[in-house]
Amino acid sequence: MADGKSLLATAEYRTVGEVAGPLLFVSKVRGAAYNEMVEIRSADGSVKYGQIIELHGELAVVQVFGPTAGLDVERTTVRFRGEVAKMPCSVNLLGRILNGMGQPIDGGPEVFPEEEREVTGSPINPWSREEPRDFIQTGISAIDGLNTLVRGQKLPIFSGAGLPGNELAAAIVKNAKILGGEEFAIVFAAMGITRREASFFQESFARSGALERVVFFLNLADDPTVERLLTPRCALTVAEFLAFEHDMQVLVILTDMTNYCEALREISTAREEVPGRRGYPGYMYTDLASIYERAGRIKGKTGSVTQLPILSMPDDDITHPIPDLTGYITEGQIVLSRQLHRRGIFPPIDVLPCLSRLMNLGIGEGRTRGDHRGVADQLYAYYAEGVDLRRLVAIVGEEALTDMDRMALKFADAFEQNYLDQKDENRELDQTLELGWKLISMMPRESIKRIKTEYIDKNYNPEGAREFAASES
Amino acid sequence: MIEGTIVKVSGPVVSAEGMAGAKMYDIARVGELGLIGEIVRLDGETAIVQVYEDTSGLRVGETVMCTEEPLLLELGPGLLSSIYDGIQRRLTDIADQYGDFVVRGVSTDALPRDRRWTFQPMVEEGDEVEEGDVVGEVQETTHIAHRIMVPPGVSGRVAQVKEGDFTVDETVVTLEDGTEIKLHQTWPARVARPVKNKENPNIPFITGTRILDTFFPIAQGGYSIIPGGFGTGKTVTETTLAKWADADIVIYIGCGERGNEITEVLAEFPSLIDPKTGVPLMQRTILVANTSNMPVAAREASIYTGITLAEYYRDMGYNVALMADSTSRWGEALREVSGRLEEMPGEEGYPAYLATRLADFYERCGRAVCLGSDDRVGSITAIGAVSPPGGDFSEPMTQNSLRITGAFWALDTSLAYRRHFPAISWTKSYTLYLDQIQEWYTRNVAEDWRAMRDKAMSLLQKEVELQEIVQLVGPDALPDFAKAVLETTRMLREDFLQQFAFSDVDAFCSLRKQYLMLKVILTYYDCLEEVLVQGVPLRQATEHPIKNEIARMKEVPSEEAEEKLSELLERVQRELRSLGEW
Repeated sequence: MADGKSLLATAEYRTVGEVAGPLLFVSKVRGAAYNEMVEIRSADGSVKYGQIIELHGELAVVQVFGPTAGLDVERTTVRFRGEVAKMPCSVNLLGRILNGMGQPIDGGPEVFPEEEREVTGSPINPWSREEPRDFIQTGISAIDGLNTLVRGQKLPIFSGAGLPGNELAAAIVKNAKILGGEEFAIVFAAMGITRREASFFQESFARSGALERVVFFLNLADDPTVERLLTPRCALTVAEFLAFEHDMQVLVILTDMTNYCEALREISTAREEVPGRRGYPGYMYTDLASIYERAGRIKGKTGSVTQLPILSMPDDDITHPIPDLTGYITEGQIVLSRQLHRRGIFPPIDVLPCLSRLMNLGIGEGRTRGDHRGVADQLYAYYAEGVDLRRLVAIVGEEALTDMDRMALKFADAFEQNYLDQKDENRELDQTLELGWKLISMMPRESIKRIKTEYIDKNYNPEGAREFAASES
Repeated sequence: MIEGTIVKVSGPVVSAEGMAGAKMYDIARVGELGLIGEIVRLDGETAIVQVYEDTSGLRVGETVMCTEEPLLLELGPGLLSSIYDGIQRRLTDIADQYGDFVVRGVSTDALPRDRRWTFQPMVEEGDEVEEGDVVGEVQETTHIAHRIMVPPGVSGRVAQVKEGDFTVDETVVTLEDGTEIKLHQTWPARVARPVKNKENPNIPFITGTRILDTFFPIAQGGYSIIPGGFGTGKTVTETTLAKWADADIVIYIGCGERGNEITEVLAEFPSLIDPKTGVPLMQRTILVANTSNMPVAAREASIYTGITLAEYYRDMGYNVALMADSTSRWGEALREVSGRLEEMPGEEGYPAYLATRLADFYERCGRAVCLGSDDRVGSITAIGAVSPPGGDFSEPMTQNSLRITGAFWALDTSLAYRRHFPAISWTKSYTLYLDQIQEWYTRNVAEDWRAMRDKAMSLLQKEVELQEIVQLVGPDALPDFAKAVLETTRMLREDFLQQFAFSDVDAFCSLRKQYLMLKVILTYYDCLEEVLVQGVPLRQATEHPIKNEIARMKEVPSEEAEEKLSELLERVQRELRSLGEW
């Protein structure tokens, strides 16, 4: 606690009783607080940081951010800092590179904090939340047209090993209309990613001229695992500060959440807790929620925190606990497909399992266009039918199909090649919707059931579709 | 006041020594900040407290004060249109006093203290009153009269009655033995409020959602679960029900779900007009919001807070709908606290008492004759969302809920992927209330309602079998009669079962319109069969343009349905049969 810097709490201890994995058991401790930050000095003089994760009488269990190699029972000294983990916040952090615990590592000048904030943050009062309803144009049809992103949303990208999740995130940052006009900032939290991936992001931000608007938190693959538990919290603390104190539109990219969850499991195992599914702790839902729920908008404030977490689905399994729990907390998901990726489609977004829960708030008359919802639903319906039929064709051959089935098959192919695949193109929303209408116009008019008649009258044009289908083949 | 000291802190679980005299489930204030917690285990003089707030910064040696009272809820006028957290703190007041974030250690009054309510007495001096009797009314919102009741366990002769404007703390009726009846009463959240007896549910709970009302209806006072993986539309279904369901009072528990969803409800409900009363829906709604990042122990309590509020309004004789989104998060909170208590885990780490707790909760619902000499009847209908990990229904929460509840509305991921909403599976879902409420439907909707429903169901079942054949040999190999079935079921799926929750016209569909829509489609099928017998090729029949009009039935407003759909029904018969005439 801020007011709790008592003398007792800052005393040094040499009473380490046991070191187990990332945990340190310190005995005869008095006056230490739960979740308090700890400085650990090993025999050779190097300093590590840690946090109290359990207090039991005079025993404090400390989770060490960093390897416990070199720590011994006799000579290690432990100093309790008398306060919980805090992050110094300042606008001057923009353009800086910090480590996973929020300390500058770019050799730049010292940052003088405007405010120190507890990294755990407090939950936004649901009453004080502003409904997220400002459309963010990402330039990507599968997102803008079908799974619209809005300000204050948390929309994860479910990637997989070798799938271009990072490339997609970079493309969104590059094109997003969040960058237009208003003050914006990007908070980038790397958790256990490789140096190569980190520099990919750095370069791509540099190319789009956004580098001085980015706060980088780097916990790379060879950095301490446990430090990762702090990284997203430090990052979001800065994001909240910039959004709600400095009225900025903040986009937070968290990558890779899978590594974060691995770290959580490591600590849980070291504490000998009852494991939940696949060894992940039972409180993983609550823990992830305390990160993801820090996206949003607040009534009466112009700033916003939008989250784009990236996670790798282990073995492309969407039912694995990490994507599963994430999907239950976030407002939708963008799922990448290995099969589309192999066929060279970029972004390889498998639209069927994708979802944006806040889409309805951000689209429609007055926001995007009145026909947006209907077009999206109709595209989904046709594409799902086409994909289903592909399986059938594999068994019985195309001859056994009805005319309508053949059209749906053709539609699915055209949809993937023209709508999904856009390489580096940055599409305006109108372009995306027009493209949608062209695809819909490939199908017979009476099969359109999801769109209001007035819009069909206005936009349905089989002529255009024929020309469009022909030009592609 | 019992005072102890902290000896152990582990997440939301705190142990305190020197707590002799404390009782189970007493509320305790923990540490210098006075964090609110509840005693969940006693071991000699050590009490284990589950703290409803974040415990960062707590130290060994800080004090724990036991209030010697369980988690008490305040029940009185002013509850409606409020938004509470899991332990009945008013979130609006927290925002006004402490800013946009929920800080720790704060408490607020559950009911507005300064507001004066006009009390209309309904008893006179000298009247005998028993527990549950209504002594007067307060107009809480435009359409809800808040009945001031004699609290359970109290009876006697009325000595004094007041009339006029009072705050919730003021006494309005005094009994001869000196008992004062105020505008509000308190009740422990974890204890069920007593009723005279539970009634058999035999009136349907009308939702306006076709697949629910027609295929899987539940009764008023029944309970149902909606399990489904993420993105299958649990929350949309819950909010749609909260909006349109046929209930006097709606309690919506956002239990461990998203903050932005609560915001959506908060933004939308005040502007939505209740079709029956013409006033904003918010006036009949109480929100209990404990989002996923709010403390886990308060999430566990939120379910009990919600059901107690529901029982209070049921006791007044109202029909209450309770939406719990999601009960899985409640189960997980139970698991998390149980793990911290180092209890022996049961299946998948859930405590062994999960099933008991679930049953306790659901059994507090139902249709009941309330306390009081007028034998009024009230009901609580509960709809619990379940979020099974990985969409796998074999997990403990779904299975334990299934054993208790009377209806199962299974959400299907593959339907959601193809944007068939509501994504309720007609093959996996079931309801046990059908026979009980059939009579009501026969009297109020149509004689042949049950026959229609069963026929449509059997067609849909037939479709599943036919689809298997199609998967093997292709659709061409099917005879025309089978194709006619597929044609009809496609129509059933697209033109009847699919319903767009955000449409102005289609979000709520009257029972009569549902019946007529179903009748049109089934008549279409009958006519197809007829003309096939007469040798008309199926293609000629299915290409008839009347099909497109059937597809547009949804867009007919409920009030014009009788006329327009009856006319369509006639045309279907006439025009299709005319194909067979030459």
